[in-house]
Amino acid sequence: MSFFFEVLIGGLLSGVMYSLVALGFVLIYKASGVFNFAQGAMVFFAALTYVGLLELGLPPWASVPATLVVMIALGLVTERVVLRPLVNQPQITLFMATIGLTFLIEGLAQLMWGANVRGLELGLQDEPIQWVTDKTGMSLSKFDLVAAAVAAILVTMLALFFSRTRIGRALRAVADDHQAALAVGIPLQHIWAIVWGVAGAVALVAGLLWGARNGVQFALTFVALKALPVLILGGFDSIPGAIVGGLIIGASEKLAEVYIGPFVGGGIEGWFPYVLALVFLLIRPEGLFGEKIIRRI
Amino acid sequence: MLYREAGQFKTSYQTDTAIFPIRQDQIAIVVVVAVAFVAVPLLATPYIFTGILIPFLILALAALGLNILTGYAGQLSLGTAAFMAVGAFASYNFMLRIPGIPILLAFAGGGVIAALVGVLFGLPSLRIRGFYLAVATLAAQFFILWFLTKVGWVTNYSSSGVITAQQVVILGHAFTTPVSKYLLVLSIVTLMALAAKNMARGNAGRSWMAVRDMDVAAEVIGIRLMRAKLLAFAVSSFYCGVAGALFAYAYLGTVEPEAFSLDLSFRILFMIIIGGMGTVLGAFLGSAFVTLLPVLLSVTVRFLDSTLSLHIAESTISNLELMVFGGLIIFFLIVEPHGLARLWQIGKEKLRLWPFPH
Amino acid sequence: MNETASAGAHHLEARRIGDPVLRLDHISLAFGGVNALTDISFDVREHEVRAIIGPNGAGKSSMLNVINGVYRPQQGTITFRGKERRGMDTHEAAAHGIARTFQNIALFRGMSVLDNIMTGRNLKMKATFVEQAIWWGRARNEELLHRRKVEEVIEFLEIQHIRKTPVGRLPYGLQKRVELARAIAAEPSLLLLDEPMAGMNVEEKQDMCRFVLDVNEQYGTTIVLIEHDMGVVMDISDRVVVLDYGKKIGDGTPDEVRGNRAVIDAYLGVAH
Repeated sequence: MSFFFEVLIGGLLSGVMYSLVALGFVLIYKASGVFNFAQGAMVFFAALTYVGLLELGLPPWASVPATLVVMIALGLVTERVVLRPLVNQPQITLFMATIGLTFLIEGLAQLMWGANVRGLELGLQDEPIQWVTDKTGMSLSKFDLVAAAVAAILVTMLALFFSRTRIGRALRAVADDHQAALAVGIPLQHIWAIVWGVAGAVALVAGLLWGARNGVQFALTFVALKALPVLILGGFDSIPGAIVGGLIIGASEKLAEVYIGPFVGGGIEGWFPYVLALVFLLIRPEGLFGEKIIRRI
Repeated sequence: MLYREAGQFKTSYQTDTAIFPIRQDQIAIVVVVAVAFVAVPLLATPYIFTGILIPFLILALAALGLNILTGYAGQLSLGTAAFMAVGAFASYNFMLRIPGIPILLAFAGGGVIAALVGVLFGLPSLRIRGFYLAVATLAAQFFILWFLTKVGWVTNYSSSGVITAQQVVILGHAFTTPVSKYLLVLSIVTLMALAAKNMARGNAGRSWMAVRDMDVAAEVIGIRLMRAKLLAFAVSSFYCGVAGALFAYAYLGTVEPEAFSLDLSFRILFMIIIGGMGTVLGAFLGSAFVTLLPVLLSVTVRFLDSTLSLHIAESTISNLELMVFGGLIIFFLIVEPHGLARLWQIGKEKLRLWPFPH
Repeated sequence: MNETASAGAHHLEARRIGDPVLRLDHISLAFGGVNALTDISFDVREHEVRAIIGPNGAGKSSMLNVINGVYRPQQGTITFRGKERRGMDTHEAAAHGIARTFQNIALFRGMSVLDNIMTGRNLKMKATFVEQAIWWGRARNEELLHRRKVEEVIEFLEIQHIRKTPVGRLPYGLQKRVELARAIAAEPSLLLLDEPMAGMNVEEKQDMCRFVLDVNEQYGTTIVLIEHDMGVVMDISDRVVVLDYGKKIGDGTPDEVRGNRAVIDAYLGVAH
């Protein structure tokens, strides 16, 4: 029984990691209606830049802000060069543009920093917490718990930001209707700049944590793909949804692998979240927390 | 003064609905076909066949399939490569387990199996739209590849998961040389492109475009959404399946599921975006572009290396390739969302007026 | 408007208006907490031109949507050609000869005018996709036959000069005409028009009136139309239904309705 809980909690915690990536998606979607497929590439880019700067001799306390600056710059350039020209196009066009952006960022990242796999040290070990193991017989990773805490703090801050502050309200207005937002005097360009900057920061946090966990390698970009089922479950425009969705995906993925996997040869993790999301979509097309879309004719 | 329609009047609806209504276009297409079937086999080197022409044609066929689904019917799909894989492995199993089956029938059978799988994964499209559907097709991509890797029966219990395509023999003639493979692929692709064009300009194509443009209105005028969408998935997957079979039999030779990865799906999506969605020509232009770009890059690099002694690493080239593709996608979507096909059309219109500016 | 009126009146006498072909009984439709339609009953006779009028938000478009199956009413029945039912789905409605146009033009923007109108004939095309792919026999003959029919509609509505133009590039008035063409191409027995003359100038309205009357008189199509222009309504319709806040407040000939106190109050905005 405790094994079940161990797998469950391990899954929940890894789900938190997915949530971090999904958060970036949600931010951009909430504020600009754009589904940024390139979020995963941005996570990869952030991690790679951080490690690259370290290799160049920068100490960690300087490398983090420097990377943050780079990420914000990347976000601003993206908004200016890719999204602004496409502002009135249908969603599918914007989505495909972000697919193109993904490849662009991936190529750029590797061009700048090389394609070697690197480790990332955050001073946290991925080892079980002793007193938990003593008390319950389960191994819970210290790393995972810290990651979960970080995610919780981040989510709370972002949720408060969106609902309580003036800028947050402006962001929600922009996401709902660009024209109307312009009509009431909300400065669209500034708003988008802020959003992409924040998304870049979130990508940095996600990049650091993921990089520390799995090493900084190209496969990191595929994490973004896993964020898609998370978003489907949680809704594309809900911050709490990103967390809940991440938890569900993480937990179900691990549980499926452990309990169903052996019967079918293993490797279920690769497709299980997608099939789960698919089934979910059939029942509730707008996600757990998303808004129902009403179309008038 | 070359490209004029003056004096070419259509006296029947039949001639008005022809694929190439303008005399100059009719001549041009005859020339293109003659060059493709006669001149190229005589002049090209084996490398050009195996490295450029054959993959160009096969991927153009897959792009045609994806275009039917995404370009005409508006259902975004990221699982193209998976359907190609189904076609490849299904054809292999037909050849393996039904002795004496004609290979063209095995290809068609592979296409049919791919079509059935396509319909299965297309069922969600009845409830889901837009990029939610893209996620459903991702499920197809990952699940199908996993299935083909795990289920031993599919690969005839090969320990490495790799299958070797059997020799292509039609009516006693073995297609082993690059030229013969090229002609085989060219014939199949030409016929299927013609069929696609016919479907596109007929009722099926109009129904698909209606579903893409405004599905609620399409329903109101009597188009059955379910039938139209599932037909699009079926036909599209058939095309991808046949392309996959050709990929295995006329190009790779030895095939593993990983050859049909998500990366290939993206590549084919790029082809139709760059080439022009919703056009038959676009599939070919896009495929040509995506196939030729790496060749062009490596030729340029080699040139720079030999003339300027500028040595560029392999990895840099592949990264540059990624960046160029990504950048071009964005460029095309901003500047000409209808892709190269539209640029071609604009060019023809300008040619009509030449030498006058307007 | 006068020339159209007198010519129209002459034709009105010449047509024989038949028995009710469509009857709505106690239709009630609600969305969440909002009552769009409350207990609406009226009928439409064969070959007549029936107008539905009322202030904005009265539920007129919802009424049309109920008739051709886009919405299913919570209460009430629709009797079309003798068969009584709670509602039809849109495909059934189209198959039974009901065609319509929309308030916000619902044309397929990626296609040309000709292709848009051809989609109106889709229910009459029987060839399978395989036959279409080979472009042989039945598929080819059908395509040419229906092209001929569509060209008749194009000539009828005088849009020959734009037949190959992509619909997205046309001005508003012409788009409305193409939408009408698509509806007529289906050879419907009942035509539902949702504000076919909205946003048009006097000339365009005259043309549209002429077309609507011609369809009614030449093809015998029963017409139900929503219209705001009172002049048009009074001139071309046989009978009028007046809706306000989802309820029926008037039903009769244009003259009868014109003098109805409740109708006048509704339009003048008198609180009621």
